[in-house]
Amino acid sequence: MRFRAKIVDLACLNHFSRIINTIAKLAKTCILRLTVCKLYFILSDKVANGGASMWCELSQGNFFDEFQMEGVAAEHNEIYLEFVPENLWRALKTAQSAKAVKIKLTNKHCPCLRVAVELPSLSSSSRVVTHDIPVGVIPRRMWSDFREPSVPDFDVSIYLPVLKTMKSVVERMKNLSNFIVIEANLSGEMNLKIETDLVSVTTHFKDLGNPPWASEDGCQSSAQGRDLESMAEACIDIKKLQQLLAGQQVNPTKALCNIVHKRIIHFILLHEEVSLQYFIPAIA
Amino acid sequence: MKCVIAGGNVKVLGRAVHSLSRIGDELYLEPTESGLSLRAVNSSRSAFAAFLFAPLFFQLYEPGNAGPDTELFRCKVHMKSFLGVFRSLPSLEKSVGKCLMLLKPRANRLVLQLHCKHGVTKTHNLAFQECERLQAVFDTQRCASRLCAPARLLAEAVVHFPPTLAEVTLGTGTGGKISLRNYVEDEAEPSKTMVTELWLAEDEFQSVAVAPGSHITFCLKEFRGLLSFAEASNLPLTIHFDEPGRPVIFTLDDTVLEVHLVLATLSDLESSSQSPSTNGVSHLPVPSDDFADDLESYMAAMETSEGCSEGPPSPTFPLRTPQPAKSKPQEEEEEEEEEEEGAVPGTPPHKKFRSLFFGSVMTPGRPGPATTQEVLAEDSDGES
Repeated sequence: MRFRAKIVDLACLNHFSRIINTIAKLAKTCILRLTVCKLYFILSDKVANGGASMWCELSQGNFFDEFQMEGVAAEHNEIYLEFVPENLWRALKTAQSAKAVKIKLTNKHCPCLRVAVELPSLSSSSRVVTHDIPVGVIPRRMWSDFREPSVPDFDVSIYLPVLKTMKSVVERMKNLSNFIVIEANLSGEMNLKIETDLVSVTTHFKDLGNPPWASEDGCQSSAQGRDLESMAEACIDIKKLQQLLAGQQVNPTKALCNIVHKRIIHFILLHEEVSLQYFIPAIA
Repeated sequence: MKCVIAGGNVKVLGRAVHSLSRIGDELYLEPTESGLSLRAVNSSRSAFAAFLFAPLFFQLYEPGNAGPDTELFRCKVHMKSFLGVFRSLPSLEKSVGKCLMLLKPRANRLVLQLHCKHGVTKTHNLAFQECERLQAVFDTQRCASRLCAPARLLAEAVVHFPPTLAEVTLGTGTGGKISLRNYVEDEAEPSKTMVTELWLAEDEFQSVAVAPGSHITFCLKEFRGLLSFAEASNLPLTIHFDEPGRPVIFTLDDTVLEVHLVLATLSDLESSSQSPSTNGVSHLPVPSDDFADDLESYMAAMETSEGCSEGPPSPTFPLRTPQPAKSKPQEEEEEEEEEEEGAVPGTPPHKKFRSLFFGSVMTPGRPGPATTQEVLAEDSDGES
């Protein structure tokens, strides 16, 4: 099992660091899955995560100048590692002026991802900073726990409002309540609602647009034939929503959510080179 | 004492106070003939900082009159109160033209008066307490290794470590490279802790004179205060260090200012096995088997070394002041006026301070200048 990769381009490094920052805001510990072509950051919906789960996928070619991976076995040419994304973020944070960043899987005292940052210096030789980030290797038999979640059978799918606006609304609502209700319909209307003993606040968004979903097998999904005005809603933990929005520093190319009435909200944020899916279950 | 600080030096004074506030809760003021000294020490006596402002730093400097029997007046103030006067550095720079400090022994307040723009005068009357001299004993000449670097280099190095990191290890490696590494406690799980290591080439420093293979571990938090002062004043920082356990001394020098920061360093269990003083580094009672046995011989040696408190330490027991377990900067009573040479043990970080106390309790009552040992555990002015 081997892994080495190198980033030389500063823009790629910056972009990759921002992705890691987003992941670090969503998960304390998560799984890094490495394949020949892609990297995945996975959080499975365990109770410890509050039932939220995440799937983030990016093509290594868009970020790394060098990328070599040898999986556990020839027919299972993948590596699954458990790690703390905050550590990786800290390592990359101060590397933004680096000449090169190398990442390597090593096993000195324990399995680690060694991030070696070569920094420019006034002297003849560069400054080198190494960060050894401890990782846990996930054995093959547990890989099935981390499969890509399927798109749920949603009732309403709608584009999200401008994330910056949504973020500031949710941040203020967070001060008043622990839970937030997101409701939306197929006419491009979405409401964010909180309700406590003392106060209830609703923010209305209009003309958001509903993404067209082609159904795979041609049969009616629960979204078709649905009354356009009827709202589907789910009440979720407001902190999880706030964490998701806080982690988005750049506006995604596409941002939408799928609501399964009173069950779960599935957020999809697409950037040019990375896609992020985040599932927040409804509070019973 | 009366002194007036004018112009840009007010901000320098403010920055010095900010730096000292990272060390301790009390600011010690000591006017001397060679200038005004501001000092602080932390509660576990593992960090000591002193800023000496020469008379030239001031527009007016009158340290006061020392009588034939009395010394120049010294006092200490609550750090928070003093810092409050200089809290906002930008506004100091923008609006304060002059700062007057007035300390009359018979008055019960230290007066700090800021003369600001538009004819505004802000007068602060701070309560103070008389105190004994706060002086850590250390000697940069006795340090085997010395590094001198522009503050910016060290600031850039330290940025790679998290702001909450407690201890960092400075070491010398192959090829003359200098390394900085976060210190991972023995109790922490190695499989869960991230380790960051930075390598700097020798030619990035202004001067390097180090014993090969040497390393010391000290508290980064306390160092950061001095580092930001050094960066702002653009002065090169010199690091004097010796063996693990001996204090590390950071110095800044200028025509009008002299700064010393003395930090305790962690003793190395593995390296110095000869001296039992290093055995009790952690609060675990038996880090090495011979701790109990050595205590007997150690105590015996302490009896004999008392007589020569002024002389150089005996070769077997490098600590001038007998301490069973720790090393730390020693505080002197008034008799020791100068910064005496003499091994100054450095305290390991505060969490290991506990065993120092147990150590001094274990030693039976000794005759003679037991007071010098008492000082190690208490405030030098007798109050706590």
